[in-house]
Amino acid sequence: MKIAIASGKGGTGKTLISTNLTKYLSEKRSVILADIDVEEPNTNLFIKGKPINTTKQFRMVPQWYKDKCILCGECQANCKFNAIMQMIDVINVFEELCHGCYACSGLCPTTALPMVEYPTGETVEYQSDSLVLIESRLNIGEEQAVPLINKTHKIVDEKYENREIKIYDSPPGTSCPVIAATEDVDFVILVTEPTAFGLNDLKLAVETMRFLDKEFAVIINRYGMGNDDVEKYCQQENIDLIAKIPFDVEIAKYYSKGELIYNKLDSFKNSLKEIENYLNRIIKN
Amino acid sequence: MKIALTSTGKEWSSEIDARFGRTEFIFVYDEEADSVEIIDNSAVKNEAHGAGSATAQKMYEIKPDVLITGNGPGETAAKALQKLEMKIFVDAHNLTIKEAYEKYKKGELKQL
Repeated sequence: MKIAIASGKGGTGKTLISTNLTKYLSEKRSVILADIDVEEPNTNLFIKGKPINTTKQFRMVPQWYKDKCILCGECQANCKFNAIMQMIDVINVFEELCHGCYACSGLCPTTALPMVEYPTGETVEYQSDSLVLIESRLNIGEEQAVPLINKTHKIVDEKYENREIKIYDSPPGTSCPVIAATEDVDFVILVTEPTAFGLNDLKLAVETMRFLDKEFAVIINRYGMGNDDVEKYCQQENIDLIAKIPFDVEIAKYYSKGELIYNKLDSFKNSLKEIENYLNRIIKN
Repeated sequence: MKIALTSTGKEWSSEIDARFGRTEFIFVYDEEADSVEIIDNSAVKNEAHGAGSATAQKMYEIKPDVLITGNGPGETAAKALQKLEMKIFVDAHNLTIKEAYEKYKKGELKQL
């Protein structure tokens, strides 16, 4: 079972829930947590595992060979991303803009633009008791999250297929990285907070998940602050509310020190139990 | 001399567009011919990324001697423009095309 922890708004508690839920579930089951919020992965601040494997990650970009080039302009004319440009007698590749579609390389009549590997980030696998944590991190300045997210999915699928529960700590928002993170999962948990911002961005995330035809449900974090508009919205839209995690300064204190909370606060543990019960029901169905 | 200015409109009274990559129009004044050519750059709105290099490509077609703009080209555009032998003047935003051109003639614009 693949479960993505996502949100419209950032900072609602995706990592709080991913880390504590996986650690809690891993006491009884075989679990893997994949941090695919590759622009700012942070689960390993909370789950202190031993690194067991590191993979350098690449994407493919064209490289120009001057001697073969006849300056015909085909590459520039066919690039949809303005990533390749003829500057008088030089072909310049903007690697940061390239989406690796191979159009320039394939259409070049003199094979002057072979595709080569361009470093994009790295994936580290950690072991923490029975739990495996896999975390991918984009290089500084690298703009494209999607290729690295897809490669991380691939490692999980190939090496950790047998894990009963796979949890994916996803990027926030509704753009390409979120689509790449969630499109192949079985279930999405949307984490929100009971504020006007939380509601607005939840609506966007719900719209996205419905477009992707995903099954999903909602967790309200920091319950007790703000207002009850998120709850009303979920009722109106017939969206399951899995748990309400109380707005509690103790949670914030532990979290700010990089500590897990699942075994420290009863109210929080109750919320995790509610999530576990809900997941048990959907796994059975 | 051929002068290109990033512009929000098609008139001498239009304001300079502070942005290079995402400028609405490129206003091209040919001093010798005393003629104006307007290049519509609004299609760049649909580009999520790569506006800088897309507009820079247009500069290779126009081949101006001088570019007058606002904030100045971003990192990608600056890299893309380096092969053009073109003087770049910046900080002309909040001026009209006419005012910016006159300031340039008086040598009052900041050169990059």
